[in-house]
Amino acid sequence: MARKKRRSMLYIPGNNPAMIQQAGVYGCDAVLLDLEDAVALNQKDAARILVRNMLQTVEFYDTEVCVRVNNMHTPFGLADLEEIVPLQPDNIRFPKTESVQDVKDFMKEVRRIEKEHGIKKPTMTIHVMIETAKGVANVYEIAGADPRIDAITIGGQDLTADMGIVKTPDGVGIDYARKRIVMAGKAHGLDVLDTVFADVNDEEGLREETEYIKKIGFAGKALINPRQVDGVHEVFNPTENEVRKAYRVYSEFIRNKNAGIGVFAIDGKMVDAPVVQRAITVLEYANIDLKEIEESVAS
Amino acid sequence: MKNALGVEIPEYIEGLGELKPFQGVWESIIGDEIPSTNIVRTLKAKKAHTSKLCGDLKEAVQKCNPFDGMTVTFHHHLRGGDGVLMQTIEILDEMGIKDITLASSSLTSAHDGLVPYVEKGMITRIFSSGIRGRLGEIISMGKLKHPAIIHSHGGRVRDILTGRIKPDLSVLAASAADEEGNATGAHGPSAFGSMGYADIDARYSKNVIIVTDNLVDYPCVPGSIRQHFVDHVVKVDSIGDATKIASGTTRITKSPMDLRIARIAATVIEHSGLFKDGMSFQVGAGGASLAVAKFLREDMKRKDIKGSFMIGGVTSYGVDMLNEGLFQAIFDVQSFDAAVSTSVLNNPQHIEITCDQYANPNNCGAMTNKLDVVVLGALEVDVDFNVNVITGSSGEIRGASGGHSDTASGANLSVIVCPSFRGRLPIVKDRVHTIVTPGESVDVIVTERGVCVNPSKPNLAAALKKAGVKVVDINDLKKEVDAMTGVPAEKQLGDKIVALVEYRDGTIIDVIHNVENLS
Amino acid sequence: MTPKFKAQAGTFESSDIMVLIEPVSEEAGRQIDISSTVMLQFEDDIKNTINQVLDDLDIQNVHLIAKDKGALTPTIKARVEAAVKRSLGIQEGTM
Repeated sequence: MARKKRRSMLYIPGNNPAMIQQAGVYGCDAVLLDLEDAVALNQKDAARILVRNMLQTVEFYDTEVCVRVNNMHTPFGLADLEEIVPLQPDNIRFPKTESVQDVKDFMKEVRRIEKEHGIKKPTMTIHVMIETAKGVANVYEIAGADPRIDAITIGGQDLTADMGIVKTPDGVGIDYARKRIVMAGKAHGLDVLDTVFADVNDEEGLREETEYIKKIGFAGKALINPRQVDGVHEVFNPTENEVRKAYRVYSEFIRNKNAGIGVFAIDGKMVDAPVVQRAITVLEYANIDLKEIEESVAS
Repeated sequence: MKNALGVEIPEYIEGLGELKPFQGVWESIIGDEIPSTNIVRTLKAKKAHTSKLCGDLKEAVQKCNPFDGMTVTFHHHLRGGDGVLMQTIEILDEMGIKDITLASSSLTSAHDGLVPYVEKGMITRIFSSGIRGRLGEIISMGKLKHPAIIHSHGGRVRDILTGRIKPDLSVLAASAADEEGNATGAHGPSAFGSMGYADIDARYSKNVIIVTDNLVDYPCVPGSIRQHFVDHVVKVDSIGDATKIASGTTRITKSPMDLRIARIAATVIEHSGLFKDGMSFQVGAGGASLAVAKFLREDMKRKDIKGSFMIGGVTSYGVDMLNEGLFQAIFDVQSFDAAVSTSVLNNPQHIEITCDQYANPNNCGAMTNKLDVVVLGALEVDVDFNVNVITGSSGEIRGASGGHSDTASGANLSVIVCPSFRGRLPIVKDRVHTIVTPGESVDVIVTERGVCVNPSKPNLAAALKKAGVKVVDINDLKKEVDAMTGVPAEKQLGDKIVALVEYRDGTIIDVIHNVENLS
Repeated sequence: MTPKFKAQAGTFESSDIMVLIEPVSEEAGRQIDISSTVMLQFEDDIKNTINQVLDDLDIQNVHLIAKDKGALTPTIKARVEAAVKRSLGIQEGTM
């Protein structure tokens, strides 16, 4: 099965019914229904009930649905899990994860609730957010702390606050953290997802930052406004040239494979497994069905 | 009798005469015309070197010998800022004139003041392409003596040429005019751009008064209205509220949902087979419709497409696209913001056209018939692709037909953009409250939850699917939206016909019934 | 159960509904006052939805005032539930 694209993950305030009911139509790859920072402290209960109801009724189409719950050290975290886990959204996002023990603590609750609700084969995966210096220091161990973790993400605003620095447009203060989190995530085969870009009106700035984080290994970016979706997709989408090349690599690969040949050459350059894997990724991002290529080669 | 869409149409209405039922978009055209009577121009004469200037509007109106039962006409280029229509009605009322037929190219929020004149029977008939606000409400409640007639922009020109509307007095506001009545909207403190809707009134009205707040030295250039049609000229202090007439530039919406719908619509256009050099294009001035221009502009630049012309209500956004070389020309029947007036005045490729040239079904060169792509809005659509832009969710009159049915009929691709529901009210219905534009002339309905293609265009549906557009059956979309919103209880309308919707060819496409107890 | 405190949930934003709860005496029954932007089309539906949540939560005596701006059913249910729970004092979050 092709891995889900997570180019764009749109935060939607958990207490905003107008936005939640439209979450499936903004064209982003995933929505993050937020019970944490986007909800005022005195509305946590109302948001939790609203998101619980909406998860059961709103049509999200093929948009991946993630719920960001409150940290387990707050009075709200466990209550969030009790309402949300039984509904098994595609994923739950845990903010301010700092240690392996944090992961163990919330996964214990997740598994308990799933068991209590008779969920034998849970489908929900876990996203951990690294938003503190301590979390960055422990990130490799955190990323591998539970097999249900399939993505790791950086929270830029909280991290800069924790570091006592100002978040600057060039992102220099969190650059080390970004790269370290990428390495830790990649080492465990996870998707690594970037933090938000706060200035909704700065389309050029968003594009530059997205190009940068794509280059250093992020699979996608969190967004705060639907207007940011297209810009981010444009950066992550392969160019026509890349798609054409990938198409050629993959069809040659299938042709040679069918003939029992492993390594082959295109235009005098050797094509080995990593090159094929890269071509597959490009084709997946371009929404091209690999089976169709396989069939056209076979016929 | 029933028309082709199954609507029961009375054969005769007291005060309005015989009605013809709608038969189909092109059924009325026999050979090269829509057979009907046509009127001749009023003969006028004036001795050499006599003045047309009057001291005030009242004096000018008096010189036109107003009478009970007359027809008074106006244009709506001043939109929500118009002060001339109400002034004229007040003068006629002071003079004791009754039983007036009001025929304005449209009526806006500036005309709520008509309510008492309708209620007391001073105005007994209304022809307009749009009726809004409190006036729409009282007409919906049955307060106008005879049913109002809602026509399209092109249909109004045909109505005048065939004598259905017989203008006895036309009071035409201009932002600049000279003593002979050459007049324009292209410059002056109250500039509003094109005067396209006023041309037909000027040519065929028995009495034409030009009203301006800006009397300029002879000659006034450009002469959007020409002196040989004009009887009287009046200089007034104000023709209305300049800030509501035209202001600034038009901004693209920031509503994520409108932008999303617009993005999908632009993708539909891109893969329609019409997105190529020489394409012609029209969008509305607001919301998702205008936002389509933003995405089309980006797509045209990306794919290096050079279009032919844009028409219609023109915004500064269209002017920017002209100036960037994305289109060769703009044909402008109505301008929507102040920046457009400057362009009409200075850019020879920005061409002011009359409504006759824009959309009259009974001529051999309407621009709408040369149009490739039009993007239009909707208050409601139905599973047969019929579109309502005139009545609201309770059946009350609150919108405008405008050029909707004109452009939809002529364009190679007519695209409707609308959300699938608004404030819990589903937009896709089994049957719209009122049909303004028949489904026969609607190709695509774009909503945020999917794109519906008219079953008469299977090749288009296939091309869009291939391009990755989410094409859905309109019945399935309706079911999905109903499941989300719940099915609204439909309010029972009354038996009285309060308005007739006239299709562009002069046939009756729908009737509007009275609404009791409008809240 | 009978609400003990005045409580509210929801907002006046579009697609939301503001629900206010006022405690009443035992045996007073339910009084539900609704105003809505879609009153003509959905008055009965909104009332039924509210009653269903009150039934589920076993609330027989209450004065509930709802100001609706076109909220969908799951939103109406969520706001009534949040307001009731707040009025019973069994959940975090206050006026």
